[in-house]
Amino acid sequence: MAVVKLSSGYNIGVPPLSCTCIEQSVPAPSRSRVMNKTVGLPDLSIISTGGTIASRIDYRTGSVSSQFDASDILTTIPELAQIANYRTLPLAAILSENMTPAIWQELARAVYTEIKNGAAGIIVTHGTDTMAYSAAAISFMIDSPVPLIFVGSQRSADRPSSDNAMNAVCAAAAATSDLGEVAVVMHATTNDDTCAIHRGTRVRKMHTSRRDAFQSVGLPAIGSVAYPSRAVNLTTDAVRRGKHKLALHDNLEPHCALLQFYPGMSPDIFRAYEGYNGLVISGTGLGHVSTLLIPAITKLIEAGTLVVMTSQCMHGRVCDRVYDTGRDLLNAGVIEGGDMLPEAALVKLMWVLGNEKDKIKAAAMMQTDLKGELNRRSAHGL
Amino acid sequence: MDYKALGLIAGIEIHQQLDTREKLFCHCPTKLRESGEHSGEFFRFLRATESEMGEIDRAAKEEMKRDRKFLYYTYDTTCLVENDEEPPAPLNDEALSVCLTIGKMFGMTPIPQIHVMRKLVIDGSNTSGFQRTALVAVRGALPNGGEIETICLEEEAAQRVKDDLFSLDRLGIPLIEITTSPCMHTPEEVQKVAEYIGMVLRSTGKVKRGIGTIRQDVNISIASGARVEIKGVQELDLIAEVVRREVQRQQALLAICDELKKRNASVAHAASQDVTSLFKETKSAVLKKAKRISAINLKGFAGLVGREIQPGRRLGSEMSDYAKKCGVGGIFHTDELPAYGVTAEEVTMLRSYMHAEEQDCVIIVSGANEKQTACALNQVIIRAGIALSDNPVPEETRKMLEEGSTAYMRPLPGAARMYPETDVLPVIIGGERWNAVILPELLTHKAQRYAKDYAIDLNYALQLATSDKLPLFERAVNEKIKPKLAAFTILSTATELRRDGVDIRAVTDESYLVIWHAVENGRAAKEAIPALLRSIAAGSTADSALAQLAPAISRAELETVVKKIIATRSDFVKEKGTAALGPLMGLVMEEVRGTVDGKLVSEILRKEIDAAVADKNR
Repeated sequence: MAVVKLSSGYNIGVPPLSCTCIEQSVPAPSRSRVMNKTVGLPDLSIISTGGTIASRIDYRTGSVSSQFDASDILTTIPELAQIANYRTLPLAAILSENMTPAIWQELARAVYTEIKNGAAGIIVTHGTDTMAYSAAAISFMIDSPVPLIFVGSQRSADRPSSDNAMNAVCAAAAATSDLGEVAVVMHATTNDDTCAIHRGTRVRKMHTSRRDAFQSVGLPAIGSVAYPSRAVNLTTDAVRRGKHKLALHDNLEPHCALLQFYPGMSPDIFRAYEGYNGLVISGTGLGHVSTLLIPAITKLIEAGTLVVMTSQCMHGRVCDRVYDTGRDLLNAGVIEGGDMLPEAALVKLMWVLGNEKDKIKAAAMMQTDLKGELNRRSAHGL
Repeated sequence: MDYKALGLIAGIEIHQQLDTREKLFCHCPTKLRESGEHSGEFFRFLRATESEMGEIDRAAKEEMKRDRKFLYYTYDTTCLVENDEEPPAPLNDEALSVCLTIGKMFGMTPIPQIHVMRKLVIDGSNTSGFQRTALVAVRGALPNGGEIETICLEEEAAQRVKDDLFSLDRLGIPLIEITTSPCMHTPEEVQKVAEYIGMVLRSTGKVKRGIGTIRQDVNISIASGARVEIKGVQELDLIAEVVRREVQRQQALLAICDELKKRNASVAHAASQDVTSLFKETKSAVLKKAKRISAINLKGFAGLVGREIQPGRRLGSEMSDYAKKCGVGGIFHTDELPAYGVTAEEVTMLRSYMHAEEQDCVIIVSGANEKQTACALNQVIIRAGIALSDNPVPEETRKMLEEGSTAYMRPLPGAARMYPETDVLPVIIGGERWNAVILPELLTHKAQRYAKDYAIDLNYALQLATSDKLPLFERAVNEKIKPKLAAFTILSTATELRRDGVDIRAVTDESYLVIWHAVENGRAAKEAIPALLRSIAAGSTADSALAQLAPAISRAELETVVKKIIATRSDFVKEKGTAALGPLMGLVMEEVRGTVDGKLVSEILRKEIDAAVADKNR
């Protein structure tokens, strides 16, 4: 069907053959705004990668896609100009399910360059689906003296009720705060009152559509931003600005995978992972898979794959020393992933294997806390 | 008044809630709740967004003048879709079917592929900031020769509880919007067309009934006036009056404009001045608590700001409506002062301070700060400027006040407020589906049929056809109940009992049917129906209500009862003769407690009285 916009504003679909093209109009581009620098405000960089925070209608499919870039976001959310001066950098315009480790690396390099050039904080606009993976990836690849804030929105930017404006304003507030690590800043509740600041390696999208989908797991949120006052509150857990010196470690080993175990899983599945350098298993409970899978896992490990066990419980720590199956897994050479989130463990495994070729050292690194991804104590657990 | 000569052109938009099982874009019931039953609440801010053409709608911009926070009540019958926390479900097919039926009844053409749009509404009544709406059919015919331009299927907005607090139970109930062409030329014609459309809608049996379930918007203009949309006329009887008053208002505004031009009135030099200090000692409660009072002088406006343009409304009221958009409570103008605690001395001081001449009108406004009063006075200047411009009647959306006058709401929305609803897939209306739509019988036709087939009065039949108990009537007739008996119970007995304060809604359709069957098979007399309904309304079941009646008796037994009663009152009977029938009737009916038909009682009574009288004469 051909879509026709009537003068009343309604769209209707009519058979293309019943249409005659008289002229073609082009949607007017969004008015771009000249951004004046305000003396005395900090300099932030906004790196846009796409996602709902920057989505608009795509007339090709009729659904939303990511077309906005950072300067569009500034035009749409004028309050941002009260918080900082911005440099905007369009890196990608993709929905986050299309994110790849290669783009993480580009992003890390871009972030590094911006900080090196004096940015007092970085905001990365990102689709929410895989934001937690990207936040974890950047956590491992960059040692940052300044806040690196990931932000997105759950409800598209083209609706008056979008959470994009409040999230972006809170992200800017967090990016100018005393924070010194990678964090995700998103709605804390369904109300437009507070955004939570989540550590990049301990955050998870826990709801498909609610504004407060993002939750810290295994550690309370490391801070909050009140709206509309923009007051930032950091907990004692939050790493402070300037604690780390700027460094970039942008190697990744992308040949790694994450596998969720389920009852009745066939050992054949592990054949697909032959030749992989790393495999994270999201096991049941304390970190188990069926006994029948152990020979296949043993075979993988013997062939050189580093296998890390995490739990699909999300909350809590794996312990493969309690039951027989766990001990069998340990004997087979599986590494316990502590209380790491399965996704964070996968990204960490890519980073560890990208930077450490020695399997024994790499295994030890997987069990060492590098960027707050692995709690030594289960103090805050469920 | 000769409305045709005035060039009156009117069209209407009718919004009617549909009685579907689920809401339009989620699977919640279409059930209204008491706000006290809410199970949770949350709040949001809304901001205007650009259309896909890159524009911001003027009506939405107007709402953005205020920074507003909206609070919402949720219920155990609402879900994340109403909260704007989940994408919408596919368009409710039941609602679409009702729309197609109505479209076909008006002889309309369906849209080949329906696209759901988002109509920007940021007054808080929609959590999303837009109302979802889809054009379903176009071009239908009206009996007056006019045209139904469009039928749209929309979602109902949230109900305002108070100020910026909304209740989400109503949000998402399917709503059909029927828009006529500007094809009406007198106030009465507008009302007639509205009545007709309402009748067609009810003929489907799939629309909600009761106050608030149907709302009419009226579009009105007269020659040299402008198109004005009046929102939310809930009572049908008021439509003609609303039209008359709008014509009056537009005429008055045109006359004021002529007068202003004659006087060389001007707003060019109207500048806001701080007059807070003039009212330091004021007795006016409003001005006393104001942090800032500002004034402007409108040159040549004296007497015209206070001139009535429709009952209860002045040009000043229009200015006040504009000013309120800045958050102030309203304005004062020297046409109405001294009043409201403002003294004559204060007015003199004010006029002299503002250098106002005799023909000038000074407007004052009080507010929280300079920014607010400046915003409000700027709005007054804009409205005053319109009053003396070449188009002195502005195109507006207005809301109805009690009794048919109206107040300014916002500018007419433009096409820029439409944006595609990207979360809902388009729906194709194929020829097969359209051809399969079965047309229900029009209620007017139904009434004519009842009048003819059941020998009931046509007016009575019309009442029946438009009654919400129509399905009960049809069921009764199907079950071989006498149509007259059912019609009389529904229209007369039940209505009288309701007026008596009986909670007649508590009587179920099943109870009515049990009663009627009892009457039909002789178990109860029709005289007993009111008592039976009362007893059921008070909480007893139909069966136990019937059990309260005396046991059924035979004709012979009835004759014995009658004879006994006549015997104990033989003097009375002999004295009154046949006139004794009435008083004795009551006594007999009491004795047999509603088990015998009154006709039979009366027949036997008459016979026995005659016999008694004959006996006396003998």
